[in-house]
Amino acid sequence: MSEEKKLILIADDDIDYLFQLKIIIESFGYKTITAESQNETEKIIKEIKPDLAIFDLMMENQDSGFILSYKIKNKYPDVPVIISTAVTKETGIDFSSATGESSLIKADLYIEKGINKEKLKFEIQKLLSKK
Amino acid sequence: MKELNLLIVDDEPGIRSGIKRILKSFTVGFPFMAEDFSFNLLEAETGEKALEFINNSNIDIILLDNKLPGIQGIEVLEYINKNNISTEVMMITSYASLDLAVKATNSGAYNFVPKPFTPQELKAAIEAITKHLYLKRMTMEMKKEDKKVKFQFLSVLSHELKSPINAVEGYLNIMKDKQAGNDISDYETMIDRALLRIKGMRSLIMDLLDLTKLESGPKQRHIQAVDLHEIAMLAINSVEPLANQRNIKIYLDADENIYYNSDSKEIEIIFNNLLSNAVKYNKPNGSVNISIKKSDKEIKIIVQDTGIGMTKDDISKLFHDFVRIKNIKTRDITGTGLGLSITKKMVELNNGDINVESIPDEGSTFTVRLPL
Repeated sequence: MSEEKKLILIADDDIDYLFQLKIIIESFGYKTITAESQNETEKIIKEIKPDLAIFDLMMENQDSGFILSYKIKNKYPDVPVIISTAVTKETGIDFSSATGESSLIKADLYIEKGINKEKLKFEIQKLLSKK
Repeated sequence: MKELNLLIVDDEPGIRSGIKRILKSFTVGFPFMAEDFSFNLLEAETGEKALEFINNSNIDIILLDNKLPGIQGIEVLEYINKNNISTEVMMITSYASLDLAVKATNSGAYNFVPKPFTPQELKAAIEAITKHLYLKRMTMEMKKEDKKVKFQFLSVLSHELKSPINAVEGYLNIMKDKQAGNDISDYETMIDRALLRIKGMRSLIMDLLDLTKLESGPKQRHIQAVDLHEIAMLAINSVEPLANQRNIKIYLDADENIYYNSDSKEIEIIFNNLLSNAVKYNKPNGSVNISIKKSDKEIKIIVQDTGIGMTKDDISKLFHDFVRIKNIKTRDITGTGLGLSITKKMVELNNGDINVESIPDEGSTFTVRLPL
């Protein structure tokens, strides 16, 4: 009767942050799969469809998160994407001009880095229930 | 060839056609300008018509007569000044009074050419105003570029400072929630990682201090004869604890008393960065070879390691701010991504250059050349 655990793909090039997200998200009762780079994430997306994805914005490229969001939504339009970033709006990097591919892409949610457990849990649940 | 829009404002048709004849095939070029300028000549017989041109097209230079049938030349000039229009104005007038000259200069006229003028006089004046216009625009361009670079640097810097804080905070929260159990030993790896991140943040602050030294400019440099052998020894001493831990041998091949005129702090930064990289990115039981050689025209500093090396792709990005080579071999090595960009800036401050050759898994060789 127990439902299959949902799979969450997490990509972040900060291995500490990645590790912390992993244990926290697993503590919510989800399965996780992790990647340390945009490159690695792209390989995973080719093989596996997660139920939700959390991408760091800046990895190999300034807009890795956007590129990944574009690619995953192209392949699996129904997978919700959260982009996490330490770069806040005030610092004003113009992402739209970075690598081109990012224009017109939207993630479902942007969160600022620094894990807020309760908020993260709530947002993941909300995005998963929308599907 | 670049074309500048030049507007001739004069109510006398003879003057307008005379100027056109003189400037029709005239070009201005200076050695420091990438291309020559020619002129697209436009005419207005009244001040009102001139304003129409100014408002509807980009006019680079205006030759402006003061005595006009409707509004006067000086009023056109005042309009340009009030509306911050980017154009250079040269007054041409036969009734040049001191009063008018002062008024015109206050309103931003670049200069005066009294009527009548010879073709040579006009050409010389146009040459001067073109050069002035070019330099003014270049300066503006450069200031904009400079601001953009600084701003981007700050954005990335804030990112680099927040990342370790987030990581350490994350581990503390996990510990607070006792997420991995009740025993402190369950958290040993996390504590080590947190300490490592704090150490990384401290190096970032140290690197930023080195950078402020660069930013403070040439006035703050204390140039003196710097003993390179001595500085190399100091740098070796400071990396020795880390080298010993990993059983890395450091060899120095240098004559004593090699002196170089520079700021000793700059040379220290160069040696410290190259040496600490050679140890950090080395393999256990590896070695570092430093050589300092003086020839007639330069001093060559070579720092060679037997470390993890880099690909060509890595090398192309290596000297940029905040660039770190991220792969499985470097994931446990802390670094700020500033060391080599600072080193390069220091070398360039001394009019030298820095090169790197590297083979993955075999090692890297950094060569610094300082001209004598």
